[in-house]
Amino acid sequence: MTDKITLTIDEQTVAVAPGTTILKAAGQIGIEIPTICFHDYCTSYGVCRICVVEVEGSRTLVPACIGKASEGMKVHTRTKRVETSRRTILEMLASSVDLSEAPGIQEYMTDYQANTQRFPEARERKPSVLDDNSLFIRDYAKCILCWRCVQVCADDAQYAYAINFSKRGYETQIGTFFEKSLPATTCVFCGQCIGVCPTNALKPKREYLLQNGLSEDEIMKLTRSQRKRRTRRQISSAEQSEEE
Amino acid sequence: MENVDLTLLHPLLEKFSPEGRTALLPALHEVQDLYGYVPEQAAVEISKSLQVPLADIHGVLEFYSLLYNAPVAKTVVHVCTDPVCAMAGADSLFKVMNRKLELHELEGEDAPAITLEKAPCLGLCEHAPALMVRDKPVAPASPSTWEDIVTGKTYHANPIIAGDISVLTAGCQRGKPSKLADYLKVDGYSALQKALQISPEAVIAEVKASGLVGRGGAAFPTGLKWEGAAGAAGSPKYLVCNADEAEPGTFKDRIMMETMPHRVLEGIIIAAYAIGAPKGYMYIRGEYTIPYRTMSQAIEEARQAGYLGENILGSSFTFDLELRRGAGAYICGEETALFESIEGKRGFPRAKPPFPTTSGLFGKPTVINNVETLCNVPIILNGGAANYRKIGTEKSPGPKLFCMSGDVKRPGLYEVPFGVTFRHLLEDLAGGVRSGKQMRAALFGGAAGAFAAEEDLDVRLTFEDLRSAGLPLGSGVITVFDETRNMLDICLRLARFFAEESCGKCYPCQIGTQRQYEILQRVVRGDPLRDDFQRLQDLGQTMTDASLCGLGQTASLAISSAMRLWPELFQPKLWY
Ligand SMILES: Cc1cc2nc3c(=O)[nH]c(=O)nc-3n(C[C@H](O)[C@H](O)[C@H](O)COP(=O)(O)O)c2cc1C
Ligand code: SF4
Ligand code: SF4
Ligand code: FES
Repeated sequence: MTDKITLTIDEQTVAVAPGTTILKAAGQIGIEIPTICFHDYCTSYGVCRICVVEVEGSRTLVPACIGKASEGMKVHTRTKRVETSRRTILEMLASSVDLSEAPGIQEYMTDYQANTQRFPEARERKPSVLDDNSLFIRDYAKCILCWRCVQVCADDAQYAYAINFSKRGYETQIGTFFEKSLPATTCVFCGQCIGVCPTNALKPKREYLLQNGLSEDEIMKLTRSQRKRRTRRQISSAEQSEEE
Repeated sequence: MENVDLTLLHPLLEKFSPEGRTALLPALHEVQDLYGYVPEQAAVEISKSLQVPLADIHGVLEFYSLLYNAPVAKTVVHVCTDPVCAMAGADSLFKVMNRKLELHELEGEDAPAITLEKAPCLGLCEHAPALMVRDKPVAPASPSTWEDIVTGKTYHANPIIAGDISVLTAGCQRGKPSKLADYLKVDGYSALQKALQISPEAVIAEVKASGLVGRGGAAFPTGLKWEGAAGAAGSPKYLVCNADEAEPGTFKDRIMMETMPHRVLEGIIIAAYAIGAPKGYMYIRGEYTIPYRTMSQAIEEARQAGYLGENILGSSFTFDLELRRGAGAYICGEETALFESIEGKRGFPRAKPPFPTTSGLFGKPTVINNVETLCNVPIILNGGAANYRKIGTEKSPGPKLFCMSGDVKRPGLYEVPFGVTFRHLLEDLAGGVRSGKQMRAALFGGAAGAFAAEEDLDVRLTFEDLRSAGLPLGSGVITVFDETRNMLDICLRLARFFAEESCGKCYPCQIGTQRQYEILQRVVRGDPLRDDFQRLQDLGQTMTDASLCGLGQTASLAISSAMRLWPELFQPKLWY
C-alpha cells in the first residue's frame, strides 16, 4: 500500500495512505477538527457527530472520525452548515446533561459560540449518583453517551461485558444486567472505563468524596469498611446480597 | 428474585444453542410466549446457552418495546395513537378503555388482567382506529370493543384492494390468504422456472432493464444492487426481505403478505438465485402476527413443493429462508439496524459505507429488498422487461401500490401505474374526502415524509414529478386530512413518534427528536417561546445534515414542510 491518495481540505492539498480518515488527514496539515466520542484506543462508531465536515458531492455532512479520505475529495471543515450543526449539537448537549466537569466540551462551546441556554424548559437527564462499590461512582447525570466505557469494558479492551445500555433514544442510559450493582456483575474493577470517560460521569471514589467535603481520614475509614464488606459478601453468597 | 419454572426452558434453549447470538431475539420471543415476560433467571439461562453476555441481553431487552423484563398482565392491549387512528378517535377510545379498566379495578375481585398501552402505528390504518390485543389486530375498534376484549373476542375487517390495474395484486382476495394452488392458477412460480433456466447474470440484466427501483423508500435501482452483491467478494451471500413495515400510514406489505404470500416468496427466491445466496431471512415486524403466520404457511408449502430447499425444481440451486419476528422498533426497518437485530443485538444502524452489498448481514455481501420490490420480480421475469416498462412512465416504470388512509371515503390499498395524478387516486379511487369536506393537506411518505396541499392535487405520481414538486414518494403512503383537522396536533404526534423511536445512537437525533417534541408541545399549547421557530429550524437542519441514519435525517421534514405551508400556526400573531 504505497499509493497515496490526494485530497484537499480547506483548499490545502494533502496526500495520505489509503484508509486514512478525514480526521487524521486534516491533522497531518494542522487542521483541527473537534471530536467528542472519538478516542484513539476505541473503535469509532461516529455517535457524537461533532466532527462533521462538508464533503463536496455528499448529500449530508460526513463525520471526519470515520469518513475515509478518497482520491480527489474536497473537504471543507468550517462552513456555515458545519458550524450550525456543531453549535446546535453542543447546545443540545448542554440542555441535556451536566457538563461542568467536561472542560474539553466547554472549550468547544466557547469556540462555536454555543449558548448553553439555547433550549429552555428542556427535560434534562438527571438520574441520581450510583455509589455501589469502593473504586468509583457513576454519576450518569453527566453522561453524554459517548459509548467509550461500554466499549473498553467489552471488545475494545477488557472483555468483561459488565455494562451495556438501558432504554433507547433520549432515555438511553448506561446500565448493568437488570440494573444490578456493579459488584454483582462481571465487572473486574479494572478502572478502564474511568480512564476513558470524558465528562467525569465515572469518577474515582476518593475524588468524589473529597468533592463532597470529606477529609482524607474519613475517606480512608469509609473505603476500608466498604472493602471489608465486599470481601465478606464474596465469601457468603454473592447472589443473596444483590437484593439488599 | 421471582421463582420461575425453568424446566420448560431447557428443551427450547437446546434448539437455539447451536446458533449462538443470532438466535437471541427468537429465544427471547419464545421465552416471553412461555412466561408472559422474560424473567431474570430465564435471561441468565439464555446467556449461558447462547454465549451472550448478561449485560448485552439486558441491552437487547431494553431496546425492543414488545419485550418485557417484568411481569405484565396476561392481555396487553396496544392502542395506536398516531395520526390516522387519532383522527378516528383513538385518544378518546384510550380514555374510555382506561376508565373501564379503572372501574373494574375499583370493583376489585373480577378485574380483568389487562394492561393498556399507547402504541405507534400498527399498520392497520385503513381500519382506524386500531388496537392490538394479545398480539392480534382488532380494527376498527370502538368503545364497545372493550367487552369483546374482556371476553377474548378479536376481529379485523378486510381491506379494500382496488385500483386501475391488478398486476402486483393480481389474484389477491380480500381477507383470504392465497394457497399455493391459487397462486399456481395465476402463473405462480413460472417466473422462477424461467429464471432457473437462464443464468443469474441474465436475471440481473432483465431486472436492470426493467428499471425497477426499491419500493422501501430509498428508490435505489434494484438490478444495480443485485449486481453489486453478486460481484462482491465474500461468502456466503445473504438475501434479506425487509418486512418491518412500520412507517405510520403504511400497510401495503402487510396486505401482500396476508393475501399473496407466494408472490413475495417467489420474488425472494429469484433474487437469491440472482445473487447466489444459499440462505435468506425475512424480517417481519413484531406486530404483524397474521402476516407471520401466512408467510410461514407459504414457506412450508413451497418447501414441500420443491420451490425452497435443496436443488430447487431439479436445478443445482439450493436456498432456504428463515422468518424472523421484530420486537417493536421502527428503526429496525433501516437496513443495517435490521441486520444488527438479526445478529441478536440492539437495533443500532451502522455507519455507511461499507454498504450492505459488500458488507451486510454477518459482514457478508447482502441484498436487502422491500416486500413490494420483490413482488415486482416475478412479473418482470414472466412478461419480460419490455412489457413491464409498458406500465408507468419512462422514468418511473411499473405498477405501484399506494396506501390511502385518513379522511378519505374508501381507505385502502390501490394499485396504479406510475404517472396517474394524486387527484385521480384521491377522488376517483379512494372516493374523495370524507363527508363532502375539502382537503386541507395530505402527508406523503408517512412520518418521514412531507405535507402536500391543495395546489399539489394535480401532481403526477412518479419519482420525477414528485421530486420537482418537493414531495417524497417514500414507500407510497398518503394520509389525507380534511379542512377541520388541527395540523399542529398532527405535527405533535409525528414529533412524538420520532422521539419514541429514535434509537439514541447519534446525538443530533437522540437529543434533537426530544427537543423537537418539547418545542411542539409548547406550540400546540399556544405559548411558544419567541425563538421557537428558529430553534425548530436549526434543530431540523442539524438532524437532517448530521444524523447517522435516515431516521434522524428525515425526522424534521414533515414539520419543516408544515412550517413552510402554515407559518402562522407556529408563530402567534404578535410577533409578525
Ligand atoms: C428509519 C427507517 C425505517 C425504514 N423502514 C423500512 C421498512 O419498514 N421497510 C422497508 O422495506 N424499508 C425500510 N427502510 C428502508 C431500508 O433501509 C432499505 O432502504 C430498503 O429496505 C431497501 O429495499 P428496497 O431497495 O427494495 O426499497 C427504512 C429506512 C429507514 C431509515
Ligand atoms: S459514562 Fe462516561 S464514558 Fe460512559 S458513555 Fe457516559 S460519558 Fe461516555
Ligand atoms: S439518526 Fe436517530 S435512529 Fe438513526 S442512528 Fe442516529 S439516533 Fe439512531
Ligand atoms: S468524534 Fe466523530 S462522531 Fe464523535
